[in-house]
Amino acid sequence: MLTLLIPGLLFVPLACAVVSVLLGFRLAGCVARVGAPLQLALSVALCLAVAGQGGGLYVLGGWEPPLGIALRVDGLAVTLVLVTAVVAAACGLHAVVYLGVDGEGPRPFWPLFWFLWAGLNGVWLAGDLFNAYVALELITLSAVGLVALGGGADALRAALRYLFAALLGSLAYLLGVALLYGSYGTLSLAGISALATEGGPERLALALMLAGLAIKTALFPLHGWLPPAHSTARAPVSALLSALVIKASFYLMARLWLDLGGVLGSAALAQFLGAAGAAAIVWGSWMAWRQTRLKMLIAYSSIAQVGYLFLLFPLVFEAADAAAQQARQGVTLHLVSHALAKAAMFLAAGNLLLAVGDGRVAALAGISRHLPVSLFSFGLAAVSVMGLPPSGGFAGKWLLLQGSLASGQWWWALFVLAGGLMAAAYVFRVFAASYVESAGSDRFRSPPLVLEVTPMVLALAALGLGLVAGGPLVWLAGLSPEAMSP
Amino acid sequence: MSTSIIYALGGAALCGIGLAGFALLRHLLRRLMAFNVIGSGVFLLLVGLAQTRGVADPVPQALVLTGIVVALAATALAVVLMRRWYRLTGATELEERREPPC
Repeated sequence: MLTLLIPGLLFVPLACAVVSVLLGFRLAGCVARVGAPLQLALSVALCLAVAGQGGGLYVLGGWEPPLGIALRVDGLAVTLVLVTAVVAAACGLHAVVYLGVDGEGPRPFWPLFWFLWAGLNGVWLAGDLFNAYVALELITLSAVGLVALGGGADALRAALRYLFAALLGSLAYLLGVALLYGSYGTLSLAGISALATEGGPERLALALMLAGLAIKTALFPLHGWLPPAHSTARAPVSALLSALVIKASFYLMARLWLDLGGVLGSAALAQFLGAAGAAAIVWGSWMAWRQTRLKMLIAYSSIAQVGYLFLLFPLVFEAADAAAQQARQGVTLHLVSHALAKAAMFLAAGNLLLAVGDGRVAALAGISRHLPVSLFSFGLAAVSVMGLPPSGGFAGKWLLLQGSLASGQWWWALFVLAGGLMAAAYVFRVFAASYVESAGSDRFRSPPLVLEVTPMVLALAALGLGLVAGGPLVWLAGLSPEAMSP
Repeated sequence: MSTSIIYALGGAALCGIGLAGFALLRHLLRRLMAFNVIGSGVFLLLVGLAQTRGVADPVPQALVLTGIVVALAATALAVVLMRRWYRLTGATELEERREPPC
């Protein structure tokens, strides 16, 4: 069963990408209408299969590593495969209509969309550091192409800045991989964590890899490329980038830290990464509050929300098992709920922009009467971003709070609480603008129904995640180091 | 001094030269070339470090082949974007400071 599902998850998107290269936007959209539900079904089937018979290592095509490709399936990987499928399918459905609303959409969109999906699944399932690098590059190149689809000079500038930042990050990561291979002679993460001993070059390798991936995750203060890239892209692209792409590099950081951090990391490095995350929460929220353009506001909110994820590093470093477990669960829940909520916010924002034809927050005056459904989806997603109960964001932040108190690092709890309040401040700015009854333009364009439904579904999923958090947390048992060894 | 150390030092030097180029240069093509220099340095390190008693290890060589393909794809994408940028704005640099007020 697994031997069919795992290659399927990688080859279906690659096959769709190749077919889409040959077709125009509209026909390739029909391919996506078949391919995306198929991917979703495969992802659900993989979840059920892993729940039934457990995960493990899977060798692609029977070629043994190191020359073959080993894929690792466990609770965390499967959870992310499923979240990717849900978010990408929703964004694809949205894009079919949204990008095609003014005549024929951009032709390169679908091949890039599918390559992005294949790359994401490749990163979640990667069992060794080099294949993770290749999948990460596939993600980067398709994401840069998708940003450039915006067309204008602004989009190109954003795409080039993004490409330079991402390439620098990739090369730093690859340099770390080269040093680790030089020391241990293996690339598999499990093999390295079995061999890992303290040493200068190995510590440098881990630091280089984490730094490179931090650039790609847009950790403060390396975040400069993110706001222009995520705000100039078209709405479904922004949703994919903020929800999934920055999570891929974070996922590798988390894997590295959980497997190797105990030996090759240090308390200072853990506190430093946590401090950068805390600074990201404050700075990102503050900048989000100051933005005049709606999509810039959401993009800065992503920087703040990514900051929470970095609290993982200090909270699991040399912490007691129970506290570390809470931190891991909290970060994963936060990651998943942010993916769902941020995709919903960007898609809803795309609808609002389509209706008013102007990117400024102030231009939303009067939209609450005209587009209540999209505004409501935006609000539901914002509930999760602010961390109010019963959303997934609340459950994640609650676990992070408990984790930081249990490990005796109470100072992180202050940032978790402050971040929620600041998120409320910038979200209510949007709502304040939308309820203004001004004498300005009241001519709005009505988006088609599909565009209103997709963000609503994602926002409801983010909200509902808090109610069923017990289920996903059982999955995450697979995240604990004991369960991860093949 | 063993050969692997020489290769490793050469790779590290190339990385340094490329990084300096990336930090100091503004012309887009030159920055791209700087990336390629860093990339070559990393590949040299990867192949050079993994030698055991002067015998080459085949695994890093296979990895470097894949790495070259990835680097080629990234370079091609960057060149396409730069040409578009040049056609649209006539500039060969990203004007970092003069962002239009939006």
